Amino acid sequence: MSTWNDPPGGFHSVSAPDYLPRPQLAGVQLQRLQSVVTRAYDRVALFRSRMQERGLTPASIASLADIARLPFTVKTDLRDTYPFGLFASPMEEIVRLHASSGTTGKPIVVAYTQADLDVWSEVMVRSFAACGIHRGDVIQNAYGYGLFTGGLGMHYGGEMLGATVIPISGGNTERQLMVMADFGVTALCCTPSYFLHLLESAKEMKIDFSRLRVGVFGAEPWSDSMRDRIEQESSIKAYDIYGLSEIIGPGVGVECSEQRGLHIFEDHFYPEIIDPETGDVLPDGSEGELVLTTLSKEAMPMIRYRTRDVTSIIAEPCACGRTLRRIRRIGRRSDDMFIIRGVNVFPSQVETALLRVEGTLPHYQIVLTREVGLDQMEVKVEVTPEVFSDEIRKLEALQHQLEASIENILGLRVKVTLVEPRTLARSEGKARRVTDLRNV
Amino acid sequence: MKLQQLSLFMENKPGSLRAPCEALAAAGIDLLTMSLADTSSFGILRFIVRDPERARQVLESAGMVARVSEVVTVEVENKPGGLAKVLAAIDAAGLGVEYMYDFGAASRGGKAAIIFRFEDPDAALAVLQAAGVRVMSSEELLSDGKA
Repeated sequence: MSTWNDPPGGFHSVSAPDYLPRPQLAGVQLQRLQSVVTRAYDRVALFRSRMQERGLTPASIASLADIARLPFTVKTDLRDTYPFGLFASPMEEIVRLHASSGTTGKPIVVAYTQADLDVWSEVMVRSFAACGIHRGDVIQNAYGYGLFTGGLGMHYGGEMLGATVIPISGGNTERQLMVMADFGVTALCCTPSYFLHLLESAKEMKIDFSRLRVGVFGAEPWSDSMRDRIEQESSIKAYDIYGLSEIIGPGVGVECSEQRGLHIFEDHFYPEIIDPETGDVLPDGSEGELVLTTLSKEAMPMIRYRTRDVTSIIAEPCACGRTLRRIRRIGRRSDDMFIIRGVNVFPSQVETALLRVEGTLPHYQIVLTREVGLDQMEVKVEVTPEVFSDEIRKLEALQHQLEASIENILGLRVKVTLVEPRTLARSEGKARRVTDLRNV
Repeated sequence: MKLQQLSLFMENKPGSLRAPCEALAAAGIDLLTMSLADTSSFGILRFIVRDPERARQVLESAGMVARVSEVVTVEVENKPGGLAKVLAAIDAAGLGVEYMYDFGAASRGGKAAIIFRFEDPDAALAVLQAAGVRVMSSEELLSDGKA
């Protein structure tokens, strides 16, 4: 193991794999891929039978390109084998279980051996280091502690880094702000929508958190315009972190100081982009669905897991010096999408449209209804002091401006309704943007 | 000569008026006059209180969006043609009226007090005074004895 006594702001030795020359990295990847495929084939019935159907054995993987021959794993596989059907380690070796909420039916369960937890902490240390967080920083971890991977994943990574971690978990906004001010918090981990909520409340309560320097925001898609707004309003640097429980939790990828895409920790997670319709692998730079393979996971190897997240791989070298390829920020998930009057819509597109109009904070909600057989989309937007005018015609002009901005992006006429501040539900975890009342 | 008015955003739905009125009541703030403008989805409540800045803080801490703006209160003869005469002067100067409403509590002795919102309150003041229209001062409008 490396030492954790690196100087503040300096190169963190655990981050060394971030800078491996590509050919050397490819060697590590191939060796780990062969070993994880063998493990999954030997120990996971579902995976073995799918390989056999294709006439494959672990020996079929002779190069990294051969990964494309392997079967995909999808979320329903985790549900169908609930709770432990995809485990590749006996319970004696499994030291932690997490589960995701799952919007319908049973949750999905994920497992970790001690070695898996060590890898998780390692990629979290590398993530924090990429965001410029180091020993001496005070990290307020407002991700939920519990079955959700966000809380504990960030927690142990922060401790391994040698930073001071405040395990405050989610919720209780007033206490969050008190702790932030009184404990001299320099880094905050939470969802971006919850940070906006904290920002709003801090203004109201006149709480000063000028020592806060960095935000590590994830667990929901957010746009570059939202980042600009956050950075303007709070003078922090806001970094995007990516992860999912099925793969490990937070720490699959993260932005560096360049803030141009998220580096994937490719020595542990192998990324591919596929055409979601045909399943064909697409070249770097093409947009498609992100597929990830865990290269070092013991308890629950995921082979070609379809994330449903839409992005593309950036293969060009990054100015930060990391050799790890990047993915573009995930603006949408293929299952966030809804279809209205034949048009595919992602909530992030609505968010971008709203943020183009000066003075609006993206507290919004999309409501879908069906009136006499025709789908209607209403966007409720909270009025802020910045946009409130004493004159009806100016507020109506604002409504029309927002409607035009959305129509411009979606090509759809929608109705914008201005609502009173703080009337849309604030989630303390992931923001729920869409209410579908169409009963279809 | 200008008077400070408070405007409040509200959704057009049952119960919207009650919350701000209760918040002001709890703070012991007296509403001297008010007017409600509405559209199908939202409304703006405009009102005059003695301490608009304090009222704004009360409403904001209750989570509402309020704004202070400047209006001009004009004394109008309380008889047929009284208002028309004032409007003729405003019209002649090419000034637009954003909206207007009555300051009933300040009316007395055959005179009515009318609140006007102009895009440019200062230009409006000059025009009204030049036309011999009496603009009422905050002191006389807000003093306990009269209003």
